[in-house]
Amino acid sequence: MWRLWRKIRKTGRVAEPAPARPAGPLTSVAARLGGSVQIRHVDAGSCNGCEVEIGSAFGPVHDAERYGARLVASPRHADALLVTGAVTRNMVEPLRRTYDAVPGPKLVVAVGDCARDCGVFKGAYGVVGSVGDVLPVEVSVPGCPPTPEAITAALRGITGR
Amino acid sequence: MNVVTPVAQVLVVAGGSPLLVGVMRQVRARLEGRAGPGVGQPWRDLRKLLRKEPITPRGTSEVFRLAPLVLAATTLVAAAASPFLATTSALDPIADLFAVVAVLTLGAVVLALAGLDTGTAFGGMGASREMTITALVEPTLLMATFALSVRVGSTNLGAITTATLHDPGRVLSPVSLLAVVALAVAVIAETGRLPVDNPSTHLELTMVHEAMILEYAGPDLALVEWASAMRLTVFLGLLATLFAPFGIAVTASPSALALAAAAFALKVTVLGVALAVAEVFLAKLRLFRVPELLAGSFLLGLLAVAASFFLA
Repeated sequence: MWRLWRKIRKTGRVAEPAPARPAGPLTSVAARLGGSVQIRHVDAGSCNGCEVEIGSAFGPVHDAERYGARLVASPRHADALLVTGAVTRNMVEPLRRTYDAVPGPKLVVAVGDCARDCGVFKGAYGVVGSVGDVLPVEVSVPGCPPTPEAITAALRGITGR
Repeated sequence: MNVVTPVAQVLVVAGGSPLLVGVMRQVRARLEGRAGPGVGQPWRDLRKLLRKEPITPRGTSEVFRLAPLVLAATTLVAAAASPFLATTSALDPIADLFAVVAVLTLGAVVLALAGLDTGTAFGGMGASREMTITALVEPTLLMATFALSVRVGSTNLGAITTATLHDPGRVLSPVSLLAVVALAVAVIAETGRLPVDNPSTHLELTMVHEAMILEYAGPDLALVEWASAMRLTVFLGLLATLFAPFGIAVTASPSALALAAAAFALKVTVLGVALAVAEVFLAKLRLFRVPELLAGSFLLGLLAVAASFFLA
């Protein structure tokens, strides 16, 4: 315990200084959330590259939580779905049901090239389509995988902080 | 009839409890090297949840719909009755040790029933775990406060507090020290903090409190979250009031009440910050180890009762 305390003292703050808030007005849904966005992450068929970057965005260095975003355990607690990966056949129905379980106002964020346009998996036999083919996507984050900075910036566009 | 005190207590607890949660999250974030979302974030979350669409899952009954209201109501009754700000209050007759513990337990039981009512695997699992922990915690809560009431000859919380105010030396007696440790462990278990339950977990298999509220959405969830924050404040407030009743008003003048409110906020914040700091150093106990911890705290409570008879 003493060693941990010394480490805490020595390390100090690892969160990087917050970059300037992304410009542009909030969408109507985001404006109604008022600086607090609970997020449920759904893996619709991802290779887990995007998950690593999401984990990093919520880690101590980028600390997306400081802008009012928080990952939650249930879609019923959520305001936004963070969907990664091309939508596979087995995940179409669970994804739709998850969306239906979220109380409105709600929005969908597609993270990564696969979620936007299926990426390298386009036309594969197990893939139904992009997230936009299944759900109305409000925000999409390009990249394979997108950087934690890009994910954090997209989330700040929803929380407005 | 002094009705100002209960109203003031309800306002302080209701308004301050989300801020307490915010402070605790902020302390934790800073110790983890993060910047943290700010002290006001729980209030922002509540404001947003209240504006959201209410959804109740298919197949749930009135138990599920009424549970948040009962949970919030019982917590508010406990907040109004306990002698947090003044020892003279209109609700003093019902500020009985057994009544306050029973009212707080009612809230926990109703939430467990709501968890069962959803019919989901995690809801039932959370409810069964919560009841296991509650059944082990309640005797300790009663035993520890009973040890304090033996010397006073009354189970009235106001009377216990007044006696301690008149004789501050009691706080350092063996009875009091044994009881405070027993009660602290019981409070940690009852409010679902580490090492018994992790309030920020995302892993359904390790959840206790969170598993029961997985199906709540919108305003209902806001009520449950708000009531949980108030429960934490009430339990920490009870701990502070019973063992450090300094600053509590003995008259009902507005200036004394304001001073008492400031002292109460300070004491609860100090306890909350201490709990948040301790949580950084603790890992969650395996579920089957939790009864050992709670049995240990019960033993301390029992020793406190024994000491209160033999060392009186």
